[in-house]
Amino acid sequence: MANKTAESISRDEFFYGHKACAGCGGSLAVRAALKVLGPNVVSVLPAGCMSAVGFNFPQLCFSNNSIISTFAGTASMLTGVEAGLRARGYKDFTAVGFAGDGGTADIGIQALSGAIDRNDNIIYICYDNEAYMNTGIQKSGLTPFGAKTTTTPAGKNIHGNIRPKKNMFEIAAAHDIPYAATASIGNLPDFIKKVQKASQIQGTKYIHVIAPCPTGWGVAPDETVAIAKEVVESGLWYLAEYENGNFKLNYKPKEFSSVEAYLKKQGRFKHLADEDIKLIEASRDKKWEYINKNFEL
Amino acid sequence: MRPYIREKKNFTFDDVPENTSFEAGYLTTVNSGWRSIRPVINSGKCVGCEQCYLYCPDGVISIDNGKAVIDYDFCKGCGICAKICKIGAIEMEAERK
Repeated sequence: MANKTAESISRDEFFYGHKACAGCGGSLAVRAALKVLGPNVVSVLPAGCMSAVGFNFPQLCFSNNSIISTFAGTASMLTGVEAGLRARGYKDFTAVGFAGDGGTADIGIQALSGAIDRNDNIIYICYDNEAYMNTGIQKSGLTPFGAKTTTTPAGKNIHGNIRPKKNMFEIAAAHDIPYAATASIGNLPDFIKKVQKASQIQGTKYIHVIAPCPTGWGVAPDETVAIAKEVVESGLWYLAEYENGNFKLNYKPKEFSSVEAYLKKQGRFKHLADEDIKLIEASRDKKWEYINKNFEL
Repeated sequence: MRPYIREKKNFTFDDVPENTSFEAGYLTTVNSGWRSIRPVINSGKCVGCEQCYLYCPDGVISIDNGKAVIDYDFCKGCGICAKICKIGAIEMEAERK
């Protein structure tokens, strides 16, 4: 039985033997993207889970050229890697960055914005596990409303994070970027197709992939992929692309699955009251109203 | 090809790189000690659909002769493969000590 997606990517492993938690979503995103891009890829990783688990000298888990950047400078270092290799006469290579949600939406947003502005020929992949998981679960700009983290504890009066998730995909798209996309590790064929597409496009490419973290989200390690599917089914995340100035929705659930069921599966949302869940549902409906109006299907 | 385990050696100060670069894909330790449960493939049932290979976060599953094979040195026993397998060809068993 042939699997089309598996046939379309490299059989080699480029991210192997790493020390990520069992069932880590971020490592799955990095592994899949590197298998698409092949051995001639130079990956740049800022401080974050994937650099912490991938480079423990002498255990070096990337089999392609790979480098750790400053926390804020993923996109700047990508710019430098791309320009340097081009200047030395290399043609067949890809510069790809893997930054977490904090390294993208909070600390690295300025460098990313600059790289998109210069339209450097790089791929920037943000694996979004919705908090600073590497340092022990602190709130980031991409932590959703109501989530419990160590810096947004759930108490009697305040129920976790009081601010909604930053809309990083549309922020990248607002730069008139050549290609931006959202994806989920629960739908790898879709994610792999987007990375393949990005590798064919000239200019800056941004892919935002949701990658659940069993440790920080409070789910069992074997639930990672299932919960990444459910976040799309419940409408709290969407699969879309931005190209040539147009937004395109890749997948529309026929009927949203229960938001409450999705939230209550996770330890970080256990404390939510019914009113909080109603607020989350309302913001989802508002988001989808906007998507239905402005995105092509 | 995948990063592989190198012969064990004690690093002395002279072996530590002076600059910040070192050989890629250099592994010295295994992850098998992390497991409390291990996936076991029923090769009679396995049809080689490669879903487990695709979704394994550690990439320890490869396909040999149309059947899934697990590299137990690096499997952490997360159980994603057993959950993704639609025909139930992978079962999680307690790790024997």
